[in-house]
Amino acid sequence: MRLVVRRFAAGFVAALIGFLARLITAVRGVRHSDEAYTEPCVFYANHASHGDFILIWTVLPPGLRAETRPVAGADYWQASRLRRFIGVDAFRSLLIARNGEHADIDPITAMAEALDQGSSLIVFPEGTRNTTEDRLLPLKSGIFHLAEARPDVDFVPVWISNLNRVLPKGEFLPVPLLCVVRFGAALRLDPGESKAAFLERARDRLLALADEDEPVCNRGTEQS
Amino acid sequence: MSTTAIPELGYMLLAVGLILVVASVTGYVLKRKFSPDGGNDAIENLNARIRAWWAMVALLGIAFLAGKTGVVVLFALLSFAALREFATLTNTTRADHRVLLAAFFVVLPVQYYLVWAERYGIYSIFIPVYAFLFLPILAVLRGDVDDFLVRIAETQWGLMICVFCASHVPALLSLDIPGYDGRNILLIVFLIFVVQMSDVLQYVCGKLLGRHRIAPRLSPSKTVEGFVGGVASATLIGALLSWMTPFSMLEAGLLAFAIALMGFFGGLVMSAIKRDRGVKDWGYLIEGHGGFIDRLDSVVFAAPIFFHLVRFWWSTS
Repeated sequence: MRLVVRRFAAGFVAALIGFLARLITAVRGVRHSDEAYTEPCVFYANHASHGDFILIWTVLPPGLRAETRPVAGADYWQASRLRRFIGVDAFRSLLIARNGEHADIDPITAMAEALDQGSSLIVFPEGTRNTTEDRLLPLKSGIFHLAEARPDVDFVPVWISNLNRVLPKGEFLPVPLLCVVRFGAALRLDPGESKAAFLERARDRLLALADEDEPVCNRGTEQS
Repeated sequence: MSTTAIPELGYMLLAVGLILVVASVTGYVLKRKFSPDGGNDAIENLNARIRAWWAMVALLGIAFLAGKTGVVVLFALLSFAALREFATLTNTTRADHRVLLAAFFVVLPVQYYLVWAERYGIYSIFIPVYAFLFLPILAVLRGDVDDFLVRIAETQWGLMICVFCASHVPALLSLDIPGYDGRNILLIVFLIFVVQMSDVLQYVCGKLLGRHRIAPRLSPSKTVEGFVGGVASATLIGALLSWMTPFSMLEAGLLAFAIALMGFFGGLVMSAIKRDRGVKDWGYLIEGHGGFIDRLDSVVFAAPIFFHLVRFWWSTS
C-alpha cells in the first residue's frame, strides 16, 4: 500500500515538475533530422544546469518518456530524502558512483543492463555541469565504453539552449526564458573506430546542433 | 464593476465573431482551392493566424466578462510571456540573475497590483523611477562590469515595453470619465480593435497596392501604400466606433489616428530590435503570429499614449 502511494506521488511530482518547467521555459522540442532512431537509445546532451534532464524528459513523446531514465551522480541524488524521492522515485534515475574507485567499470555495466531491459537513457558526457565560457567541455570516455558494450544502440545528440541562463550553477530560483531542446541525427560506433575518433565525432554532432540557430528557435532566418 | 450591463461590449464581441467567421470561411475556401494538401505556405499561415485570432478573442472575451480583475490578470500574464521573450534575446549574464528574478517576480506583479488598486500616482513612476534605479544597484553588487550599460539598458527597456507600457491597457479601467461610469472596458475594446484593424489593413493594403517600401532595411513587407491605407482606414473605423466611447466622432477619429500611428511605429521599432538580434520572430508560442511581442508590439506603443490623451482631456481623476 505504501509503495502504491509512493509510486503515485512520484508520478505526480514528475508531472508537476515537467509542468513547471514548461511554465518557466515554454520549452520546445525540435527534431533536426528525419531519420528515425531505434529504441532504446542513448540521448547525450550538453550539461549546464540541474534542469537539463527535466527539459529533455519533458519534450519526449509520452511513450518514450515513460521508458527513459536519466543517468545521474549517486553522490548528489542520494544526499537527502527529498533528492532521493525526486531523482530515484519521480524520474527513475539510474544512479552511478562518480567518485568511487570502480567508477569507470560499474556504470557502463549498469547502463548497458538498463538498455537491455528496454530503457532509453539520458547522459551528460561532459561529466559535470559546464560553467565555463566554452560551449562544450571535452566529452568523457563513458559514452565510448557504452557504445563499445552496445554497438547496435543509437546515440542521439541533444542540444539544450539557454537553460544555463535560466538556472545557472549556484542559483536556486529559475528566471523565465525560452528554451529549445534540439535532437540531431543518431550515431553509432563504427567498427574499429578509436576512442578519440568516436568522442570527437559525438562532440562535433552536438556542436553542429548548437550552431544551427542560437539563441532561440529561429535565429538567422529572413525577415518576412 | 459589472460588464454584463454593457450592451456595446456584446455588440463588439458579436461583430468580431462575425469578422472571424467570414475570415475562417474565406481561409477554408482558399485552402480547398489552392492548397488542399497544405502546400501553400501563405494560405497555411493565414489559416494558422485565423485560428490563433479565435483563441485570442475568446481569451479577451473571458477576461472582459470577468471584469477588472480578469483584465489585469490577463495582461499581467501577457506581460510575463512578452518579458520572457524579450529577456531571452538580451545579453544578460549570470551576474544579472537576481536582476531578472526581481524584474519577473517583483516588479511585474507589483506594477499590476498597483494598476489593479488604481494607484496612478505610483504605478506611473514605479518602473521608470524605482525599478530603473534599483535594478542597476542590484546588478552592480555582483561586480561584473562587462557590458554593464548594455545589460542594464536591455533589462530596463524590456520592463518598459513589456510591463510598463502593456499595463496601461488595464489602467484604462481606472480613468474617471463623467457620464461613462462602469463602461471603461469599452476604451480597451476601442484601443485593441483599432490597433489590430490597423495592423491587418496595413497588411491587406500593402499586399494589394504596395509599391514603395517604407523601411527596406527593417521590413520588406511594410510599404507606403500599406501604411497610408492602414492608418487611414483605422482612423475611419475609429470615428465610426465613437458610439461606444465618450468621444465625439471627430475626437474618436483623431484618437484612432494617434493609436494607428503609434502602432505602426511600434511595429517598426520592434522589427529593428529583431533585426539587430538576428531573429525573425520574438517567439514561437502563437501559431502563425510568432511570439507574444509580435502580436503586442503595436498595442504596447499605442496604449500609454492613448491612456494619457484620454486622461488629460476627459478624466477627472
